Amino acid sequence: MTTTYGVLSEGLEKRFGEVRALRGLDLAVPQGTVCGVLGPNGAGKTTAVRLLTTLLRPDAGSARVAGHDLVREAPAVRRAIGVTGQDVSLDGDLTGRQNLRLFARLHRVRGPAERAADLLDRFGLTEAADRPSSTYSGGMRRRLDLAASLIRRPAVLFLDEPTTGLDPTSRTGIWEAVRELKQDGTTVLLTTQYLEEADRLADDIALVDRGRVAHTGSPRHLKALIGSYAEAVVADPDALTRAAGVLDRLTGAQPSFDHARGAVGAVTRDGTLTLPRLVRELDAAGVPLLDASLRPPTLDEVFLRLTADRDDREVAA
Amino acid sequence: MSTLAHDGTAMLGRQLLRVRNNPALAILTQTMPITMLLFFGYVFGSALAMPGAEYRAFLVPGLLVATAANGIMTGMFQAAQDLHRGVTDRLRTLPVSRAAVPLGQALADLVVTAAGTLPLLLVGLAVGWRVEGSAAAVLGAVGLLLLFRFACTWVGILLGLLSRSEEAAGQLGSATFMLPLLSNAYIPTDNLPGRLRTLAEWNPISAVTTALRDLFGNASVPEGAAWPVRHPVAGSLAWCAVLIAVFLPLAVRRYAGAGR
Repeated sequence: MTTTYGVLSEGLEKRFGEVRALRGLDLAVPQGTVCGVLGPNGAGKTTAVRLLTTLLRPDAGSARVAGHDLVREAPAVRRAIGVTGQDVSLDGDLTGRQNLRLFARLHRVRGPAERAADLLDRFGLTEAADRPSSTYSGGMRRRLDLAASLIRRPAVLFLDEPTTGLDPTSRTGIWEAVRELKQDGTTVLLTTQYLEEADRLADDIALVDRGRVAHTGSPRHLKALIGSYAEAVVADPDALTRAAGVLDRLTGAQPSFDHARGAVGAVTRDGTLTLPRLVRELDAAGVPLLDASLRPPTLDEVFLRLTADRDDREVAA
Repeated sequence: MSTLAHDGTAMLGRQLLRVRNNPALAILTQTMPITMLLFFGYVFGSALAMPGAEYRAFLVPGLLVATAANGIMTGMFQAAQDLHRGVTDRLRTLPVSRAAVPLGQALADLVVTAAGTLPLLLVGLAVGWRVEGSAAAVLGAVGLLLLFRFACTWVGILLGLLSRSEEAAGQLGSATFMLPLLSNAYIPTDNLPGRLRTLAEWNPISAVTTALRDLFGNASVPEGAAWPVRHPVAGSLAWCAVLIAVFLPLAVRRYAGAGR
């Protein structure tokens, strides 16, 4: 069976004057999956979304969104996508209900008033429905924006930093909505600065750096690139050095200390290292062990490490 | 129903809601000329050789046209606001006809203008302005006024779409109040020095103002003026045709491709 892709791009390039914002972006997002696009500010995440949502025209490369060619079939792409973004927004002078009705009419939905009322209800906005949306809180506005993107169920939904600046409750609400959409078979491309968000929502992550996809894979795969983090917490500060010696021997990596917690840890790529063995070795060395752990790195650690690798290479070059 | 008609109607509705929900700009631009009529008519009017009542009757058509020229400012504000707040981009990701959004804006503006001009007409009548033309001529004058507003709005939409920020559009938009100052809207141009007079008479506002004065029966067409003022109706139509032919396609193109 061949995979069908919600988003498939090859060698997308975009330049603004001297700045090469995208330098050959390859993305493959299978239909019905969530792809998290991660990257530092200026990596090209927003440019990628603007290209893929037909707001910008690529200088080179090609892409298909929901099976339609981005450039030659732009109107068909627009019929198939929903966009909720940082720098795109609804009309603040209109109420929530008026905004959704307008979108329903533009999407030629039958019964625009009913559709608007349904979505307002689903996103908990019924009470605020008849206030100008400029008076909404950040979270409410983002929910309204998402509701507007779902007027007609999109085949591919683009979410450009959908939870930036939101409080934890609003963030959880958006996450719930994304999970539901995925269950309904919608392909979601999500850019974010929050690794936790990508970790929770994304099937695959594309780490974008300097206009290219630097690494791609499932969150688990990306974490495996880095290895696990072995850590020991000790009762006696004097024992830290001894524990560090054990970790050094087991992992071959430079241990790092957290004196405040009385902890020392090191990264290991050795897949055969297990927690019982770690504990046995530390115990055999006479380390007064309070706690020990062997856990996958957080995406933050992956992110820092993979971008640090680049900096090293550049220094070397 | 064709795409453009369907989407244009939806966008027209949106613009009307926008003005209804937030009428400050519309109210300000429509009440300003009333203040100016009373101020110019009674304060400046007292200092002019022309009798006060006669000057006020002269002033009403001029203010009507100057207010229509505010379409540049309003069009610019609205287009810049949409552009810089991300609304334009949001609409551009939808399967919507490219011409529909600016067209909806320009048509909604006409509806608002038509309604907003009534108070000025009533105050004008109260201070001595009279309509002496035939019914057909008066209808023609109203049509010409709205056509000129429509043309000015497209100039504004293009400028708004080209603006760097909302503030920049606001400043440039406010500066357009100067345009009627160099025309025959507030003063007769007969006594202006040579080149200044030519410039003022080639101002589209002068042709439209003269046409209105003529059609309303307020003043005869001045002799020895530049061509658009000597043939005010043809001159006005020509100006409107040129403005629309240049700015409408440019604005639609800019809207469709902004930032691409």
